[in-house]
Amino acid sequence: MHENPNPSSGSRTSRRNVLFGTAAAGAALLTGCTSNKSNDDKDAAGQANVADDRPGKKVTIGFAGPQADHGWLNAINEQAKERAKKYQDVTLEATEGSNDNAQQVGQIETLINKKVDVLVILPADGKALTQVGLKAMRAGIPVVNLDRVFASQQAYRCWIGGDNYGMGLNAGRYIGEKLKDKKNAKVVELAGIDNLELTRERTEGFDDALKNYPNIKKVARQAAEFTVESGQSKMAQLLRAEPKFDALWNHDDDQGVGAERAIEQAGRDDFLMVGGAGSRRVMDSIKADDSVIKATVLYPPTMAASAIDLARALGQGKGIGGLAEFEIPASLTLYSAVVTKENVDEYLPTGFK
Amino acid sequence: MLSPSGAEAVEEPTKEAAPQPGRGNGAPRAGLRHLSLVGVLLALVAVGALTKPQQFLTPDNLQLILTQSSVIGVVTVGVTFVIIGGGIDLSVGAIVALASVWATTVATQEFGLGGMLLCALSVGLGCGLVNGVLIAYGPMVPFIATLAMLASARGLALLISDGKTQVVTVDSVLDLGVSDSYVLGVPPLVLVFAAVALLGWLVLGRTTFGRRTVAVGGNAEASRLAGIAVRRQRLLLYLLSGLCCGIAAFMLIVLTGSGQNTNGNLYELDAIAAAIIGGTLLSGGRGTITGSVLGVLVFTTITNLFALNNLQTDVQQIAKGAIIVAAVLVQKGRKTP
Repeated sequence: MHENPNPSSGSRTSRRNVLFGTAAAGAALLTGCTSNKSNDDKDAAGQANVADDRPGKKVTIGFAGPQADHGWLNAINEQAKERAKKYQDVTLEATEGSNDNAQQVGQIETLINKKVDVLVILPADGKALTQVGLKAMRAGIPVVNLDRVFASQQAYRCWIGGDNYGMGLNAGRYIGEKLKDKKNAKVVELAGIDNLELTRERTEGFDDALKNYPNIKKVARQAAEFTVESGQSKMAQLLRAEPKFDALWNHDDDQGVGAERAIEQAGRDDFLMVGGAGSRRVMDSIKADDSVIKATVLYPPTMAASAIDLARALGQGKGIGGLAEFEIPASLTLYSAVVTKENVDEYLPTGFK
Repeated sequence: MLSPSGAEAVEEPTKEAAPQPGRGNGAPRAGLRHLSLVGVLLALVAVGALTKPQQFLTPDNLQLILTQSSVIGVVTVGVTFVIIGGGIDLSVGAIVALASVWATTVATQEFGLGGMLLCALSVGLGCGLVNGVLIAYGPMVPFIATLAMLASARGLALLISDGKTQVVTVDSVLDLGVSDSYVLGVPPLVLVFAAVALLGWLVLGRTTFGRRTVAVGGNAEASRLAGIAVRRQRLLLYLLSGLCCGIAAFMLIVLTGSGQNTNGNLYELDAIAAAIIGGTLLSGGRGTITGSVLGVLVFTTITNLFALNNLQTDVQQIAKGAIIVAAVLVQKGRKTP
């Protein structure tokens, strides 16, 4: 579903040079330079024109999103559309969401032919859609790559997405801190779809965090399929397999609907549960504090709204406020905050349904 | 109505078509097949008892295995009828998804348990009717018609649910899935499965409808010549399968406390696999409900064993494939001379 970029791309600078050498970001770069000249007096730090809410140059953003068959993916599409509506100067050309690589390639090619100013793409499969990303960039349309990352950095101008490894890390740290004084503490993990890279990354982060707490042992891990049905079925079995444990990390709040149902059916309340992604339902029950679920680790769908912000800034040749940079960054990784009873009010508005 | 002797006459060509001649021989052979399946099941239980003695053979875990068999079990009963009747139904998973989503959308939940159940059943029957009409009276082969239903029912489920999980708020529905509702320690879902399986067994083995199903699946032309309304029979079979999907959808709502467009994922393959392992002939004309039920139980027990032993997904998938092959080989070994 959502993937992290590979942080080990060593030749980032040289690749970016190649990128800037192509016609791709040329337009954005040129506008950036000119606007910079005309705005020398505007900012004390000598910063380029930064994007804000005021109407500017008209920008048409092409959006190729996922098929919304899952709460989080649905929230992604909604966030993008809502944010685009907020700007008078933005026209959003959204394609029908798709899980099918070939179909999505076709949709993106249509958007390229329509000559949109900027593209925002959440690919069904980042690696498989790299070519069409490259094609857009070569056609002079800067691409904002949302979440699942393209295989080549030449295929996008800017990447924004979540931190799957960090999600696991923060879930592990939260559980670790809660259980650090408990002898022989046992932890159970209900993972997402195992053939997705992101699931492995989440588990890796979780395991790395737990290494800091020698008193805690992960005794079981089962993968579900991000669906309610699989969540219920796998959790019911985990509960039989481990008659006693202290904490559970569930990778995904949507499959959590089923997992919580299984916990309720088994009549268990002797452990604490940490969710993943940040659904409204889970945030509500954290706030009410009436079930085993005590926290959720965010993978915020707001990234789609931010992607629209970035695309607009790219189209208008602006930078983003608060940074000294002239240009928007090449990549932005969101933080996987842990939502607990203490801070849930702050995050409630971002909870997706 | 066919007299018993008439049914016998109709079945004669069936026996020619099937690799196994004779009902007189078929019954004990079906018994043998079931015996070998029971053997596989016992072997699995032995593995469970050896690897996880504390957890496997507990009433709680056996209850779980039965509960987890129940939803797919009901679907498999319907699919078994369709396959014996010479058809195939690839749309069962999608129908379960559509029925569960429809029955849980906010407006329907206002009508409470009865409204949701009625809705699930009618969506199942409706889809079955479309399948049946297209196949029996239209120009379409079962594979294509039900494939089309698979696509459109899933699409409709996605459209209605808007990609969101519909959480059930009706207490009377939710209560059916928790331990307070157990009858003598048996969850209501398991009772429903048992009832559907028993009814299916009676209908297939003891009624004219059952004999006609076998006849149509074995040799449709001979059945037509013998005076069976083949088209109507086929229509009824897809209606039956759709009804089973509707029941299963409601059971899934009770089990998960929600409706979701991803419900029933890959049920079509699981149900067909369970029926085939249970000795149903994919080309039609032969099969038993007992075999299908055993097939479902084998599958669920495997899944349960894997989870108890904390196997990784990749190992699980490979092992599941190997066990399917083994189970079929055991049966082949029994029946080939």
